[in-house]
Amino acid sequence: MSQDIGYVRTEMALPQPAPLRERGPLAWMRKNLFANPFDSVLSIVGFFIVAMIVPPLFNWAIVNAQWTGTDRTFCATVAQGGIQPDGWSGACWAFVKAKFGQFMFGRYPLDERWRVILVAIMFVALLVPLLVPRIPRKGLNSVLFFLVLPVVSYFLLIGGVFGLPHVETPLWGGLLVTLTLSFVGIVVSLPFGILLALGRRSKMPVVKMLCVIFIETVRGVPLITVLFMASVMLPLFLPAGVSFDKFLRALIGVSLFASAYMAEVVRGGLQAIPKGQYEGADSLGLSYWQKMGLIVLPQALKLVIPGIVNTFIGMFKDTSLVYIISMFDLLGVVRQNFSDAAWASPQTPASGLVFAALVFWIFCFGMSRYSIFMERRLDTGHKR
Amino acid sequence: MLSSHIKKTGNSLEKTEKGSWVMKYIISGILGAAALGLMATAASAGTLEDVKAKGFLQCGVSTGLAGFSAPNDKGDWQGLDVDFCRAVAAAIFGDGTKVKFTPLSAKERFTALQSGEIDMLSRNTTWTINRDTALGLNFVGVTYYDGQGFMINAKKLPGVNSALQLSGAAVCVQTGTTTELNLADYFKANKMEYSPVVFEKLEEVDAAYDAGRCDVYTTDQSGLYGIRLKLSSPDDHVVLPEIISKEPLGPAVRQGDDKWYHIVKWVYFGLLTAEELGITQANVEEMKASGNPEIKRVLGTEADTKIGTDLGLGNDWVVNIVKAVGNYGEVFERNVGQGSPLKIARGINALWTKGGLQYAPPIR
Repeated sequence: MSQDIGYVRTEMALPQPAPLRERGPLAWMRKNLFANPFDSVLSIVGFFIVAMIVPPLFNWAIVNAQWTGTDRTFCATVAQGGIQPDGWSGACWAFVKAKFGQFMFGRYPLDERWRVILVAIMFVALLVPLLVPRIPRKGLNSVLFFLVLPVVSYFLLIGGVFGLPHVETPLWGGLLVTLTLSFVGIVVSLPFGILLALGRRSKMPVVKMLCVIFIETVRGVPLITVLFMASVMLPLFLPAGVSFDKFLRALIGVSLFASAYMAEVVRGGLQAIPKGQYEGADSLGLSYWQKMGLIVLPQALKLVIPGIVNTFIGMFKDTSLVYIISMFDLLGVVRQNFSDAAWASPQTPASGLVFAALVFWIFCFGMSRYSIFMERRLDTGHKR
Repeated sequence: MLSSHIKKTGNSLEKTEKGSWVMKYIISGILGAAALGLMATAASAGTLEDVKAKGFLQCGVSTGLAGFSAPNDKGDWQGLDVDFCRAVAAAIFGDGTKVKFTPLSAKERFTALQSGEIDMLSRNTTWTINRDTALGLNFVGVTYYDGQGFMINAKKLPGVNSALQLSGAAVCVQTGTTTELNLADYFKANKMEYSPVVFEKLEEVDAAYDAGRCDVYTTDQSGLYGIRLKLSSPDDHVVLPEIISKEPLGPAVRQGDDKWYHIVKWVYFGLLTAEELGITQANVEEMKASGNPEIKRVLGTEADTKIGTDLGLGNDWVVNIVKAVGNYGEVFERNVGQGSPLKIARGINALWTKGGLQYAPPIR
């Protein structure tokens, strides 16, 4: 009898599904959206805001949008002198389509645009392998990207050699200007910024003072002022007929600015490195440049990746300021085309600006994601 | 870990080298640009000689104003101001395409002309005494008689058909402009009240007016027609007849080169004379065979005429102008008149023979 008392289970009990109130979309909502009265109110308000904004936006941008057309009549209602029914409101993508070439290249001559496209292809073909860590031959790749590409691009874009017609920079515009300005700005500002940051923390008084003066002067003046001075005042100081290329002025202005800001970002990183690291390097008998290059900078730069990328993104967007010296970056060209009477309609400005915003967002978001990727990859030793 | 540090260091050293290389690149660029600039100064006789030596005319236009200078779908500049530049280029080279445009902001325009960056300015610029004297410009004439006007929302202000009935209205205006000052003067002079709604940018003024934040919009009349195209219900809006300021818009050149000044001035008169005599882009070739002595003089078909050569141009200068852009009437209608979306009436810009102000001295 006694052997009947004990019961030993020979199989594991099957796991039961969680109770209904702990799983499924309802439970998820209760946990994440309606955990307490305050959360519930926030969720409901948030939901209403989304419901108010998204469907009209979707209707405007996709459903009601006008995708094809040759002039303003396609994007205006009958009362406005167009063909759309009264009360119509939709994006005028036909405008963006008609002006797309200008948005990308500015007034770069039509027959020569293949040169810009070729440069863009080379740029992407060299940039992608440089950004993906798995792909080998980084050394050769960087030489091609940072040394060969700018020279080739310079001759391709400007022309005047090898039978290519000369294209002066006032004809450049659109995304071409935005990307050229920011690429040069980024490539110049990082090394210059590092040197300035080191100089500012240097124990040599003259070097230190020069760096402080440069950084504080440049940071103390708005970029607009410098661009404006360069475009309006500079020609008055120069003898008649002598003029610097406006694009070159903008390039120098933007690069100097980015360098000064970059210097302060890097300095933040240098200050965050414990003194022991500096002393340790000294005790190993490393020279100044070895100490900085092998011990301090690798740690400091890794710390300030978000700050560096922040500066890059800020600079990318700041390039729009060249509008005030009558150079037309992407935003400038878009706004300039609002004045084309053949396309003037109530929907045109919004459509153009949304397009420009989308392009800027794609580039900035790309930079931001890549910086997060780099942070994770380089996050050695300080993981918490 | 150590290896990763060394790798990283390698990278940053490389970047430093790249930096110094980029600097060299920029410095050589500066030197190159300076050399080009110096080359440009070497030849500096008269503007006409410079332009001929360059092979093109450098013309300053606005950065974008509907009907006056705006890029079309292909990116080519179009408009009344732009066509005037083409006319000057055609008179010099016999080819209206030999012109390069420099888009200029309102602040840059005079510097660009004074510094020689451009050969002439054709940028909806108002002719004032200050600009003629203190700024050292020479205006060649008035290619467009403009003036500040009012547009009202007829739904919000029913029954208003004169600016004198606008007392108490909310007026949208761009701040920092003469428009704003003229508005204040006008209302004060007529002892009326108004509440200004001011914005920094023209686009913001447009949006505010369209959204009904004000009842009245004031700017130059040519601009009001452009803005009507952007309104959501243009039929509700009326442009009032009053013009409260004189804005004669015209091309300008630098002082100190009378020969050049005369060329640009007579290109303008040439455009007007062609319209007066009925010479159009379509019939200019037939007109050359005309027996009318006046037409023969203008088109340079008269025997041993010296009108064109005295000006420093070819005797067929008017033929070239009209072939390139048409006469003044054609230029007007194509860019701002009935042939354009703006549909501005000729009004005071009609020829003097038709009750307007456009008048050219005789070509003889």
